Amino acid sequence: MNLDTPSSPHIHSGINITGIMVRVCLALVPAIIAYTWFFGWGLCINILIAVGTALCAEALMLRIRQRPIAPFLADGSAVLTGVLLAFCLPPFSPWWITVMGTAFAIIVAKQLYGGLGYNPFNPAMVGYVMLLISFPLEMTQWVPPNIVNQLQIGFLDTLNIIFTGSFPYSLNIDALSMATPLDTVKTELGLNLTVSEIMRGNAIFGDFGGVGWEWVGNWVLLGGVWLIYKRIITWHIPLAVMGSLFVISFFFFMLDPDTYASPMFHLFSGATLLAAFFIATDPVSASTTPRGRIFYGIGIGILIYVIRTWGSYPDGVAFAVLLMNMAAPTIDYYTQPRVFGYKKGNTNENPRRGQN
Amino acid sequence: MNSDNASIFKEGLWHNNTALVQLLGLCPLLAVSGTVVNALGLGVATTLVMAGSNITVSLIRNLVRPELRIPCFVLVIASFVTAVELLMQAFLYDLYLVLGIFIPLIVTNCVIIARAESFAAKNNVWRSLLDGLSMGIGFTAVLLLLGAIREILGHGTLFTQAELMFGEGAQWLTITLIDDYRGFLLAILPPGAFLVLGLLIAGKNVIDKRRAQRTIQTVATPASVAAESST
Repeated sequence: MNLDTPSSPHIHSGINITGIMVRVCLALVPAIIAYTWFFGWGLCINILIAVGTALCAEALMLRIRQRPIAPFLADGSAVLTGVLLAFCLPPFSPWWITVMGTAFAIIVAKQLYGGLGYNPFNPAMVGYVMLLISFPLEMTQWVPPNIVNQLQIGFLDTLNIIFTGSFPYSLNIDALSMATPLDTVKTELGLNLTVSEIMRGNAIFGDFGGVGWEWVGNWVLLGGVWLIYKRIITWHIPLAVMGSLFVISFFFFMLDPDTYASPMFHLFSGATLLAAFFIATDPVSASTTPRGRIFYGIGIGILIYVIRTWGSYPDGVAFAVLLMNMAAPTIDYYTQPRVFGYKKGNTNENPRRGQN
Repeated sequence: MNSDNASIFKEGLWHNNTALVQLLGLCPLLAVSGTVVNALGLGVATTLVMAGSNITVSLIRNLVRPELRIPCFVLVIASFVTAVELLMQAFLYDLYLVLGIFIPLIVTNCVIIARAESFAAKNNVWRSLLDGLSMGIGFTAVLLLLGAIREILGHGTLFTQAELMFGEGAQWLTITLIDDYRGFLLAILPPGAFLVLGLLIAGKNVIDKRRAQRTIQTVATPASVAAESST
């Protein structure tokens, strides 16, 4: 009689990559709806363009690399990359921006490194940074919230803007676009205004961050908490990112509230919450050990603050994530958990030490 | 003798190309290849230095004690770089200004000392000259290719600022490939150089692989390949 003894693990949680990716996308849906409410249909169109491009690029590269196409397309990782990248782009950015960014993310940052599971950097952030340094003009054309509702820019108008660049009512992007809250604070601090003067003087600021932006942030937060509840991600990275950003910005805010924005402003502005829950937690490019994830998250939080406050870019989330991606293997090496049955500190006996 | 010369050139231009195979001297390669003209300027300067230093090292190879050879080689290379730098300062002053620190930095280009140590110190003058030339031309070719790709992607032009190299009469060389090109900054920035170089290396490896497969096929079925080539 032949007793079949498969190797461990013997109990499977029943969730596969597709399941994870679908849940992460689902968790983003409330934020996408909020974003569409405040900033118009641009995000939805961008997501469609990005997802389409991501799937095409993935299929093309899999074909060139002679890998099976259908299973890799069905795992949903390309779709998620497209959605995340589109979420980071200005809502009225031209179609070729989205196409180029997504294609670069999938082809260079993901498939050239060997596909899902082998990419050292977060593909969506690589695509975003490529766009940001290559096309600074197009990547800073943000529109203020609610303007689409006031001007009644509908779905077809948005399509027209994205694909032909022509705006309704003979407007143009220069008339519509506006600095983001982070950008405004950075520029006006340079004009020797205090933070409270800036906040009072501009209609784009809400309670914590910018009007609209903070609501999108709330829904991102909610989606992220749902992901932790569903155990798609662990609490370590989001908490470490938000915690370290809060602590460092609180320190400087207490030191001089006139020149440093409040911790809540930093948490609810830009892409902080999106990064904390959806981007930094990418299981491939993030640190994988529990202690390592905390160090990794702290690094991202501190880097976000440093780049925002003393760097030349208004938001530094993408750079922070990529820099910590680079550090993740080292962090993993030094934070390997104790193997069950081995004593702590006796590294010579730990068989996992030095295997990397 | 002829096949020997040819094999030296094949080594330098393809099989042992400094930029694509040895991956030496990447600092100037990546920094200066923003436009074709800059690339050509640095490539020619490097080739001259490499040919000169290879000849000199080959001439003195039996006089220098092995313990002292490296300092001697460095002195020889530094003299040639200084000579080339002064020449460029005299005759191509604008190009000299554009290339800046990267001309004196040719001294530290590890390709040159590598060729002096591994080839010129062991071979006669004629072969060393050929080796220096072929390695230099191989390096220049990659620089030019890299410069052309980055210039087309980044500026949408080719041979921009040709007057720096060939005098005012050469301005007609500048070709604008795409009118109203907005520019693709990444290609001009250092990451673009790394990306394009990586793609070039990948391209070379693909070609080598195809060739290797073809030779295997030729060995296996010479008759069928002969029939194929005749059709």
